[in-house]
Formats: sequence, structure tokens, C-alpha cells
Amino acid sequence: MSGEIVVNAHPLDDLLRADRLPHIWCPGCGLGPIMACMANAMADSAIPIDKHVVVSGIGCTGRVAGYLKVDSFHTTHGRPIPFATGLKLAKPELQVTVFSGDGDLFAIGGNHLIHAARRNVDINVICVNNFNYGMTGGQAGPTTPMGARTSTTPYGNVDPSFNLPRLAATLGAVYVARWTSLHVRQLEKSIRRAIKKEGFTFIEVLSPCPVGFGKSNNLGEGLDEMELYRTNCVVYPEADLSQADIELKHDSTIIVGDFVDIERPVYGAGGGEE
Amino acid sequence: MAVATEERVLTGQQFMNGDVACAEGALAAGCSFFAGYPITPSTEIAERLARRLPAVGGRYVQMEDELASMAAILGASWAGAKSMTATSGPGFSLMMENIGLGMMTEVPCVVVNVQRGGPSTGLPTLVSQADVMQAKWGSHGDYEPIAYSPASPQEMFDLTVKAFNAAERYRLPVFVLGDEVVGHMTERVTIPPAAEIDIVDRKRPSAPPDDGWLPYAPDDDLIPPMACAGEGYGFHITGLTHDERGYPTGDPLVHDRLVRRLSRKIQVHANEICEVEKLHTDDAEVVVIAYGATSRAARHAVLAARERGIRAGLLRLITLWPFPRGVVKELGNTARRFVVAELNLGQIAREAERYTRLPISLVNHAGGMMLPPEVILRAIMEAEA
Ligand SMILES: Cc1ncc(C[n+]2csc(CCOP(=O)(O)OP(=O)(O)O)c2C)c(N)n1
Ligand code: SF4
Ligand SMILES: [Mg+2]
Repeated sequence: MSGEIVVNAHPLDDLLRADRLPHIWCPGCGLGPIMACMANAMADSAIPIDKHVVVSGIGCTGRVAGYLKVDSFHTTHGRPIPFATGLKLAKPELQVTVFSGDGDLFAIGGNHLIHAARRNVDINVICVNNFNYGMTGGQAGPTTPMGARTSTTPYGNVDPSFNLPRLAATLGAVYVARWTSLHVRQLEKSIRRAIKKEGFTFIEVLSPCPVGFGKSNNLGEGLDEMELYRTNCVVYPEADLSQADIELKHDSTIIVGDFVDIERPVYGAGGGEE
Repeated sequence: MAVATEERVLTGQQFMNGDVACAEGALAAGCSFFAGYPITPSTEIAERLARRLPAVGGRYVQMEDELASMAAILGASWAGAKSMTATSGPGFSLMMENIGLGMMTEVPCVVVNVQRGGPSTGLPTLVSQADVMQAKWGSHGDYEPIAYSPASPQEMFDLTVKAFNAAERYRLPVFVLGDEVVGHMTERVTIPPAAEIDIVDRKRPSAPPDDGWLPYAPDDDLIPPMACAGEGYGFHITGLTHDERGYPTGDPLVHDRLVRRLSRKIQVHANEICEVEKLHTDDAEVVVIAYGATSRAARHAVLAARERGIRAGLLRLITLWPFPRGVVKELGNTARRFVVAELNLGQIAREAERYTRLPISLVNHAGGMMLPPEVILRAIMEAEA
């Protein structure tokens, strides 16, 4: 293919580390548009870009921190939330967003997530759920639907999976949403809301991982999975979250929306020690 | 943050246990952030700081475990705070993961380990010194740690201050390897006026933020200046092997250069870091090497040996890492034997063997009790015979 340069600048150039491109993600991966939503939401927020900090764990999603041109930390597997907790508590003026994968946040890092939500630390958590451990080549994790084939579930996954918005809501997260890499407008708006909101916010973003998951589970390429999101997602903010499990089959619906927006005292703000 | 309602530095003569003295040392050094998880015999450090930090405008946070505690103090350090945690063996094991991140990304902070008997849950309430090698090698990969070994509540104070200063100066997590006896022993602690306490702050970038700033470009002293989050530098920090821009790379040459620098930045400063105390070593034929609580018994043993006309001396290690190899080499030229007294199966004895050809006799116990001076004295007399 012969490439002709149409424009020299990208609208997100100021927010991306152009010197690190091309990125490492596979063709058809959902991470690119999700990261763009994050960049746009940061740019549109009332908070100066210098005060935004992004913290990631390890995984394909964990690489987001390295492409965004803000102070950013690529930490250890499962630990971005406690790392972010330290950053935020030691310097409350920072706007701290954790951007990491489903395995990072709910398997190895699950304990940290539940405690940060309980405390209501003022950080935002964006979890890209691609239903598997993408980085290590498509193994099953805590969000892999039952029956799914992965490299470590060759006979079909026997573990029940987490329903992330339900879990986050139960833990006391003050804002909970679920979108997909297709719902870029809604996602960007949700991230803006999360940035504005004080307390522990949680956004799940479903994302195709054709290489690690899609192809071996009859979901096809990245675009095919986006098509599945388009046809099967139902925006239903009032949903009973116990009904929001994901089977990821061609005949099953996926409930998306802004599910929770509540007020709770924020950790460390006006507590006994202040 | 909160308004200070108490004095940060409790200047004067105090009567306190080693754990409390450690907490006061941290405050005197400028610590404003503690994250931890309770564990005997270090809990009194957390309890003291839970009360004192908020009263001086700092922040105490009790985390869900030691994995989180270590991650949180790294985050706090990047926010510009002087941060610390305190633990004992089981927690120290959990911290190793993010101690590695702290070494790789060069994060100033202090980790106190008040040692108890191990392996595993071991002897929760009883003394040992068996985490010396864990402090050296506990996290994967090569790095060169700094570890102090206090022998009294006074030193729990003094060496905690030094640990913060070393962390800031050399940019790494620094260890205070206390032990249950020193942590729980109550003695007089003299706290100097704030103005007389030496405080070191991390080197900061000399230029304001611009696009060309390199977060991992070291100065001549091999240490890169450190910017903090929210200052406009827009840096990226990763535990992956990274170049001077802080960007990940798989280049073996960059990896080799980075890992060597992480070690060399400590090795080239070993002379200013290493500290020992010598007692009667000038003419000593038998030199006892001891540290921490054990050095107190060793001192009695050496003095008792002198009374009997034996030319014994004491080399008390104040830093365990970097190991004060120079002194051991020198004493190897004048003494005839070494006796190493320690509460483990010979961790420092083995290290000392690397730097001397003299015979070394080991007088030790796996932990749970102190070595009585008489036992060390006997070892001196046997060595001398
Ligand atoms: C302590 C530790 N265990 C295992 C790994 C290997 N590892 C790297 S990424 C990863 C899984 C990442 O999955 P997820 O968080 O879902 O991110 P994704 O790659 O799918 O975006 C694992 C197991 C590691 N880096 N560290
Ligand atoms: S493995 Fe999956 S998640 Fe990772 S970059 Fe490729 S498509 Fe994306
Ligand atoms: Mg994943």
C-alpha cells in the first residue's frame, strides 16, 4: 500500500507521546479508541493537564500510561490502585486515574480494588475488560465467561466470572458505568463525569481482543466483535445490576449505561484527622 | 493537608522504646506519609505515627496488606512526600515486589523491618536477625540496597533519620533492619533541636519543565534529579527496563547500563554510606563482628575478655548493606581471628568470609532469644586459644 500523508498533525498530539508511536497493540484491538476517549476527557476537563496523573498496572491495557503525555506510572501487576492511593493522599490536588486491565484489577489486584472502593479514595478506575489476559497470550481470568476457550481453558472455562459493575456498586463506588470500545461518545462523557466526581469511580469498558480471545471464541476479528456490541448492547441505566452478567454470545444482550451516581464521604476529606 | 497541632520534633530527653523512637526519627527527618499493615513487633511504629502524623500535618493510612503499603509509599514519594512503612518478616516478604519497583524506578522512601524469628510466621514476638540476606537479595534482579542496623532506641531514632537522608540522597528505598529486642527495649533517647538535625532533600531538576527533560539522565554522581507528579514535567515512569527518557526498551545494552548504574550509584558512595563502630580493635587479636541487639552482648563479652587479658575487640556494623568490606579487610591484616555473633545461621559470617582469609568462628542462634555475653566470651576464648 502506498501511503499519502493527508494531515501532519493529529488532534490528540498534545496528549500523546508521539515519539513512542507506533504502539504495541494488535490490529483490531479496542484499546486505541478507549485511550483516545481518556485523552479527550482529560483535555475537556476543567483540571489543568499538568495535574492529571495516569497510573497503570501490567498488561496490554497497562501500556496506556506510557502513551499518554501526562505524568504517568506503569507500576506492578495488580498494584496501580494502592500506588494511586499514595499519590492522591500525599498530593490531593492531583487528578488520579487508574487505567488497567480486568486481570490486573480484579485477579491479582482485586483486594486493593475492594478496599479503595470501601474507603472511597478520590480516584477514578477505568477497567478495560477484554475477557482474558491479553498481554500474556490469551489465558482465562476472572472475567472470562463460563465455557469460553482460552489457552488455559482448552476444554472450556469452568470458573464463573465477575460482573464488574455489580461488584463495584456493592463495594460502594460512587459512580459506576459500563461501555464498550464502540460507545466512544458515551465513554468520553462518562470519563468526564468520573473526573468531576469526588470519590471512587469505576468504569468498565468492554474491548475486543481478537488475538487473545475473539478468534478462539467465535467472535471473529475486532470489527466483528464491535458489530456484536452494536447489535447486542442495551443501554439500560436503571438495570438491576444482578442481571448485567456478560455471556458474550451472539444471542445474549449486554447491558451498558451509567448505573450508579451516589454521594458518600470521601476518604480523608474532612475526616477526624483533618 | 491538615494543620499541625503538635511539635514535629520532640526535642529533649525522652524515655521511649525503639519502635516509638523510630517513629519520632521519621518525623524528625520530615516524613509526612506512612502506609502500613500491623505486624508484631513493629506495630508500635504504626500506632505512634497514626497519632502523631495527623497532628503534624501528615497522613497515616492503614492499607489492606503490605503489597499495598509498599505501593502506596512509592506513590506518595512521587507526590513529593517523604514516605515510609514499617513491618516484620512476613510483611517484608510481601513488600519485595514493590521494593523492586522502587529500586528500578529510583524512589526515595524508608522501609523498617523489626525482625522476628522466621521462616514464615516463625516467632512473632521474639527476636532474630535472619532477614539480613533478604534485605540484600529479596526482590528479583540485581540491585544494591542500603540497610542500617540500630542497636538501641537512640539508634532507632538516629538511623531512621539517616535512612530518610540516604533515601533522598541516593534515590532508593532504604531499610532500617531493627530487631524485636531493640524495637521493644525502652531507654533514654536524646532528640536534638530540629535545627541541629541534618536533613537531606532529593535533588530536583535544575530547569523548569520542557519537552527535552530526561527523567533518568544521571548527574556525575550517577543519580538523576527527581521531578514529582503534578509539576508539569509530564514524565513516564515504568518498572520495565527504560532509557534516560524513562521509556521502555528491550535493548540489552540499555538494560545492562541501567542495572549497573543502579548498583554503582551506591557502590561509588559506599565510603560515605558505610558506618561501623570499633571498640579496642587497634591491637585486637580476636575481633568480634556483631550488629543490632547482639552487639550489646558482644560489647560485654569483649570487655570481659579484656579484663582477662585477652586482646579482643568489637567491630559493630551500623550499615549491613553496603557491607563495610574495607574495615573487615583492614582488620584482617592486624587480627588473627574473627568471631561473628548473630541471630541467624551465619548470614553476615558468610559475607565476612568474602573479605578475609582469617578463620571465622560463628557464634549464633536461630532466634527467639539473645546470645548471652558468656556464650560470646566463650567463643572469644576458644578462638584465642
Ligand atoms: C506478579 C506478576 N504475575 C504475572 C505477570 C504476568 N502478566 C503480565 S500481564 C498479565 C495479565 C494481564 O491481564 P489484564 O490485566 O486483563 O490486561 P490485558 O493484557 O488483558 O489488557 C499477566 C498475568 C506479571 N507481570 N506479574
Ligand atoms: S493481545 Fe489483545 S488486548 Fe493485547 S494488544 Fe492484542 S488485541 Fe489488544
Ligand atoms: Mg484483560
